[in-house]
Amino acid sequence: MSSVRDEQRLEGQTDEGAQVLQRETREIVMTGGLWPDDSDTTIINMGPQHPSTHGVLRVMLELEGETVLRLKPVIGYLHTGMEKTAEELTYVQGATNVTRMDYASPLSNELVFSLAVERLLDIEVPPRAVWIRMMLVELNRAASHLLFQATNGMDIGALSMMIYGWREREMTLRLLEMFTGLRMNNNFIRPGGVAADLPDGWEEETLSTLDAIERGTRDYAEVLTENPIWMERLVGVGVITTEQALALSASGPILRSTGFPWDLRKAQPYLAYDEVDFDVVYTSNGDCYDRYLIRLNEILESVKIVRQCIERMPAGDYRIQDRKVTPPPRARIDESMEALIHHFKLFTEGFKVPPGETYVAIESPRGEIGCYLVSDGTGKPVRLHIRGPSFYNLQTTAAMAEGTLVADTVAIISSVDPILGEVDR
Amino acid sequence: MPDADDAREGIHEPGRAEGASDAAMSELAAAVVAKFPGAVFHESHGQPVVYVDRASWHDVAVHLRDVEQCTSCLDVTVVDHLSDAGRLVVDGVAPERFEVVANYLSHARNRRLRVICEVPEHEPAISSLSDVYPGTNFAEREAYDLFGITFEGHSDLTRILMPDDWVGHPLRKDDHPSRVPVTFKEDPTPR
Repeated sequence: MSSVRDEQRLEGQTDEGAQVLQRETREIVMTGGLWPDDSDTTIINMGPQHPSTHGVLRVMLELEGETVLRLKPVIGYLHTGMEKTAEELTYVQGATNVTRMDYASPLSNELVFSLAVERLLDIEVPPRAVWIRMMLVELNRAASHLLFQATNGMDIGALSMMIYGWREREMTLRLLEMFTGLRMNNNFIRPGGVAADLPDGWEEETLSTLDAIERGTRDYAEVLTENPIWMERLVGVGVITTEQALALSASGPILRSTGFPWDLRKAQPYLAYDEVDFDVVYTSNGDCYDRYLIRLNEILESVKIVRQCIERMPAGDYRIQDRKVTPPPRARIDESMEALIHHFKLFTEGFKVPPGETYVAIESPRGEIGCYLVSDGTGKPVRLHIRGPSFYNLQTTAAMAEGTLVADTVAIISSVDPILGEVDR
Repeated sequence: MPDADDAREGIHEPGRAEGASDAAMSELAAAVVAKFPGAVFHESHGQPVVYVDRASWHDVAVHLRDVEQCTSCLDVTVVDHLSDAGRLVVDGVAPERFEVVANYLSHARNRRLRVICEVPEHEPAISSLSDVYPGTNFAEREAYDLFGITFEGHSDLTRILMPDDWVGHPLRKDDHPSRVPVTFKEDPTPR
């Protein structure tokens, strides 16, 4: 690693010791003692500490010259046993746990968990809760894709994108903080509805943030979309076909980049997605450039949905008024014994869910996130399994990287947009 | 952006999962039950589920892919029913400790199907689906890692989330977290 720089630094130095050291270093490198002589290929280990691996992804590469023969993602460095933890938590506490899996779009995790619990309980949340959920999830989708624009730009070498993308994402997170109290890991969408009603003046704040997002997205498009260096780096890189993507269980922008317009929001609508007007963004080349374009344009589609949410936000309750699921308002606890009991029971034992099993899937920014939930009639789940889209999408990197140059693997990993918290859980 | 391709747009036409009738929802399940004699149909909160035996686990996957247009196997996971207080009992299915669960999706028909197989404790093994659906490769490695279910025919059945030298399978109900002692560097006595 440092030998080239050391050589330059040491050149012309008179210190005898340093020069001997330099010669020795060069000897070791040039005799090639690290690799077996009969092998033409090189194994390179990339990560888990590498700036382009989004945290703790490790990638093993087999190279012939500069060409990648094989790529193998090695994961597990962020495994914290969240599915095991979920078995120890009540359904009330469960959302706090799942929200930390995909930390770039926590609200999608909470939503899929809440929908699964609600399906087992067989309850339906009020319309206002549905629309608040939809608005927050779409804002979160925009934030997640803005983060992608930042990190993708940085990985490819467009370093100013790191600042721009982060700037607009921060605005979106600030808006989410106004709604939920937290920038990330919101724990706002809970079984039975959402945690709180919308704050005063939310329309104006949201509209001004949406304007900023749109302005920012236009800027990115201007900086990147037609940029010849950007296109040179991404067009035709990491190509994957529809058949490959489907066989590898890929979903989200990766599947849509192959010309297959599959979006669960349209195909199997949940919440109120069948009542709002938006388009499924898809392209047909299946390369890294297309995946960039899809995410960029999905930000605008999310903005479109949020605008409709602001216009059509129904009045009413933001959570179901079933005391078995929803805690009573604070004021009621002072005057009602029943309310106090409900409050106490709910926060100590949680509520019981009838025996059964269900799988609920929604479209997260990264693809299909699913929650497989098994209950045995007690207050804690027997099994909570999250089908993380990144976990499956990561498998496509092997197919994408085969035969490309080693420099393109960074672009490929980046274009998959894996969130390792969700991969390892 | 390329122009909208009407033929591709049409993919979304056939299917509103919520609005479809019950018969349409369970048509995949009905096909599996008709083809494989031991299969048991069960409706779980509006979702079609089929319980199959271990012998037909792999054949069901092939049938779903080749005949029923199930384009993706989205997820393979395991449930350990060792210590359930009250377990969901389905008529005609002999409960075992482990349940291996596969979630199929047919993009073309916009239908989902969940296939469940009971796996006994004394022989925790089942045939791998990774030759039919390559996407299940990671999922089966995860199931092996966390539950100790052997997927026969899997090309690379190694640990994926836990360290390679880990002993035990952490998501099993009898593998308790406190089994692993916590030691502190400066502390002379182990805890």
